[in-house]
Amino acid sequence: MPKTTEFLEAVKANGYDFFAGVPCSLLKGVIRRFDEEPEWGYISAVREDSAMGMAAGAYMAGKKPAVFMQNSGLGVCLNAIVSLNVIYEIPTLIVVSWRGKDGQDAPEHLVMGEIMTDYFDGITLGEMKGLPWRILNPDTIEEDVAAITKEIDERKVPGALIVAKGILNASS
Amino acid sequence: MKALDDRPTVVCNGMIGREAFTAKDREQNFYMIGSMGLGLSIAIGAAVSQPDKRILCLDGDGNVLMGAGVLASAGALGLKNLHHIVVDNEAHGSTGGQKTITDRIRLEQIAKASGYAYAERVEANELAEALPAFLEREGPAMLLVKVDEGNVKGIARVSHTPPEITQHFADATRVKGG
Repeated sequence: MPKTTEFLEAVKANGYDFFAGVPCSLLKGVIRRFDEEPEWGYISAVREDSAMGMAAGAYMAGKKPAVFMQNSGLGVCLNAIVSLNVIYEIPTLIVVSWRGKDGQDAPEHLVMGEIMTDYFDGITLGEMKGLPWRILNPDTIEEDVAAITKEIDERKVPGALIVAKGILNASS
Repeated sequence: MKALDDRPTVVCNGMIGREAFTAKDREQNFYMIGSMGLGLSIAIGAAVSQPDKRILCLDGDGNVLMGAGVLASAGALGLKNLHHIVVDNEAHGSTGGQKTITDRIRLEQIAKASGYAYAERVEANELAEALPAFLEREGPAMLLVKVDEGNVKGIARVSHTPPEITQHFADATRVKGG
């Protein structure tokens, strides 16, 4: 059963107030709510790294940003994450879909699906070994959003909430 | 940099950032040392978040070309408080002066077609006269300045650490007014 309402409530409760991204069918429910409810102020970005840049500007201007994307967008975002977010200490929540999970998907999603968590573990700098990530569990949504938020805020780095199929695909 | 009052300014990476730092360092500057192409995105995020505060993006032709799709974001969002100055030397200055393609492509026309409220080009010797009125225009507004290629000798690298830069820009952007 989709958990979009519960997820959006958790996002709001954790203080997020700036939203940008590029859609994924696995996140369709969230994006539809953003479209239907303009008070979220969601910005439909042209590229995922542009959404990360906007989020960085918003963070410095006093907002708490969350960026939404398909995992294919992580490829686009690598330079933004390593040469903007990490070195400038700009925390951002990345809500990213997990296309290609368990090798079950269209060919273009298989590599990113396979290296999904390695991507975040592989971003290292001296003492910093990897960026925080958490796989969203439909039964512990509130706890998952709070936990990743705490880690992002304390470490001042971007971190990911990884979303598999069937959790945020419908708007209820 | 003197004409820029106290407005928060996102300065793109490359020689423009280093020259801005060397000419007149300002606490309001966000010096983007990496993430080429993302200066305008950062400025948009700040401008959306602080609609009563005017935000400037000091950009270069290489950066604009790399993030050209973002011109459409600025236009679509219709950000009245966003000003975009593009220093166009038709070259990648910090990597050795290799040519870009702006000898043939007019970025201010792309900005106009992307929904900018104003987008014009001036020659370097016209900048001082054009700048004050430009900075008072309703955005999103672009002023493209054609300059000669060639880096000035003795230009320093930005000496603030990236987290210090984050803090400076946050302090300048979060305060009310401006």
